[in-house]
Amino acid sequence: MDVLALSRLQFAATAMFHFLFVPLTLGLCILVAWMETVYVRTGDADHLRMTRFWGKLFLINFALGVVTGLTLEFQFGTNWARYARYVGDVFGAPLAIEATVAFFLESTFLAVWIFGWERLSRRAHASAMWLVSLGVNMSALWIILANGWMQHPVGYIISNGRAEMVDFAALVLNYHAWLQFFHTILAGYVTAGFFVMGVSAWHLLKKKETVLFLKSFRLAALFSLASSLALFAVGDLSGVSVARLQPAKFAAMESVWETRVRAPYVLLTVPDPVNERNSVESLKIPYMLSFMAFHRPDAEVKGLKNFPAADRPPVLPVFLGFRTMIALGMLFILLSGLAFYFSKREFLEARPWFLRLLVWAIPLPYLATQAGWLVTEMGRQPWLVYGLMRTSEGVSESVSSAQVWGSLACLIVFYAVLGALDIYLLAKFARKGPEAA
Amino acid sequence: MDYVKLWFGLWGVLWAVYFALDGFDLGVGMIGGFVSRGDEEKRSVLSSIGPFWDGNEVWLVTAGGVTFAAFPGAYASMFSWFYSAMFLALFGLILRGVTLEFRGKVSGPVLRKILDAGFVAGSFVPALIFGVAFGNIFRGLPVGALGYEGNFLSLLNPYGLLTGVLFVVFFATHGALWISFKVSGPPSARAFALAKKLWVATGVLVAAFFIVTAFDTGLYTNYIGCKYLFAVPLICAASFAAARFLAAKRPDMAFFSSMVSIASLVCTGFIGIYPNLLPSRVDPAYSLTIYNAASGPYTLRIMALVTAIFLPMVIAYQFWVYRLFRLPLTAEELKKSGLY
Repeated sequence: MDVLALSRLQFAATAMFHFLFVPLTLGLCILVAWMETVYVRTGDADHLRMTRFWGKLFLINFALGVVTGLTLEFQFGTNWARYARYVGDVFGAPLAIEATVAFFLESTFLAVWIFGWERLSRRAHASAMWLVSLGVNMSALWIILANGWMQHPVGYIISNGRAEMVDFAALVLNYHAWLQFFHTILAGYVTAGFFVMGVSAWHLLKKKETVLFLKSFRLAALFSLASSLALFAVGDLSGVSVARLQPAKFAAMESVWETRVRAPYVLLTVPDPVNERNSVESLKIPYMLSFMAFHRPDAEVKGLKNFPAADRPPVLPVFLGFRTMIALGMLFILLSGLAFYFSKREFLEARPWFLRLLVWAIPLPYLATQAGWLVTEMGRQPWLVYGLMRTSEGVSESVSSAQVWGSLACLIVFYAVLGALDIYLLAKFARKGPEAA
Repeated sequence: MDYVKLWFGLWGVLWAVYFALDGFDLGVGMIGGFVSRGDEEKRSVLSSIGPFWDGNEVWLVTAGGVTFAAFPGAYASMFSWFYSAMFLALFGLILRGVTLEFRGKVSGPVLRKILDAGFVAGSFVPALIFGVAFGNIFRGLPVGALGYEGNFLSLLNPYGLLTGVLFVVFFATHGALWISFKVSGPPSARAFALAKKLWVATGVLVAAFFIVTAFDTGLYTNYIGCKYLFAVPLICAASFAAARFLAAKRPDMAFFSSMVSIASLVCTGFIGIYPNLLPSRVDPAYSLTIYNAASGPYTLRIMALVTAIFLPMVIAYQFWVYRLFRLPLTAEELKKSGLY
């Protein structure tokens, strides 16, 4: 493999690994802050123990999210130097702002939260976790404004042989990026909701700490339901935005080869990229694809053949990733709706199968978020910045494939150990349950 | 206003602040094991950096991010030219964060020993590599018509190694001073004794750095052009000397002196390379300067505005946190944190 292929593989692997930790972080800090606030307001001792129990799991997960994020910031320079040089004038700003505005806030106040139990009033201590939540979610905003610019570049001109920012407001108010942002954080909230529901379900099955875990379960079910419903709406708007701004990506997401008006949604599709067609197309819902793409039943949906082969993203992973994400997204609404409806003690105790189901559902939001990013980033190919710079044009010129082999091999071994350690610790402390009051 | 010059100043200050702050917790990572006996003492030493180290490390991320935003040409070149070294530093930083956070959560003395070793290595490696990297930048890099002509081994020239060792030993001294005033009991006395020895070693290395710099680099050219600039290396030397004489009576002031000394040492180098960011040893025409590696004036102005608003806030709340945790953590607080 050459430097380009290796660098792509390395970026994909490290970004996906990083995003195993981010979604839970995004949502769990809010749930912990909420629990502590209830404790401060009502003095309910269960809520204090909940705060400490879920807070501990939050910390284990957070540690890996932080350190694996470093790798990504480094790689823009190490592996994608030509990219960094060409777009740094625009792209560097949101990254630097993310550090200044968000990273300081989250890391500083997380330390205050961890060590400050005896040094702050209850109210101030709970505020620390709210500030962490603010930092965490703002960090998502700035990094996604950066990514959103790669998806839909705005506010720049080409000058001095590179992209230069001319309109910061356009970058910050990039509608497409804001949709991505809400999509990402809501997916994180669903992940955290299912995590808390699943772990609570496990304890409820064991009939341990029933009161405490019922309270956690109910909160998480409501949080997941609200988030997954909102996610449906944002996902729908994102789809329209992609169809408008990245038509080749949209065509690949649905494996549409021919451009057509009044396009139906084909429930059963088997893509055949070699022959530029689908080998199976059945179970069609009339007008549905046109409606999904542009909210109009008679709209024209561009097919892949409309684009030169060199400008098309790889169809199969994008298509499969999208179908996986959509199916899981629907499932999350169903499961969290049921969970919310069932979240009375007698209901749940009569339905151990449902609790078991929720334990097994813990990994599903992870799968969905990975699939979602696969669609976003693979679907952007062959562009590094959509319509502006190709991925092949961004790779470092002074790096050898031996160097990238070396870093990639080390990263894989290192990350495998870290991932195993993290899962081991999460499982250990999740099973152990809350400490005595 | 000339935003390029302003950003060179900010860029230098951010790196200097990073080294002055993270320097002590990297140092504690390196020498903490030598001044503590038994798990109880080790925990109290680690807990002395607990509330601060992560906030300190964000200065690195910010310095990196600002290099990207303000000088994308320098960011791209520095990271890709130093590819292998950068990944080594990265592995060190990851290892350090994870081992410290997970130490108190694993059971079994063997696993804990492994994590402790990882924390030492993870503190030592980034300190060494940043020292070697900045030493090479101060010295000038082999950049010619065809771009970068060096490799990982060419970074390990005598001057680069000197600055690498200097960073390691200086940070170790800095960390020992921190322990001597932040930790109570026997580790404090041992750290004080160690700091006195390390101070001598650091002094020799700082002197060697100032002397070799005259022969192996062009750093002093700017100083000869403007004699007032010599104030910065003089502050470095004076505050370094003060650290020794204050150590017995006012260990806290000794620590601050050492902090000032580290910051001004790094600034001494930055002033010397100005207006270059990555000077070429081959021919100045190939140097990356604040003019040919910078972002446009629009981006620099936006970034200056953002920094002017948010950086003072960061400094204010980090200062507040240092005050909040000025007294060592109690056993109860440590237990509640679930760490170490």
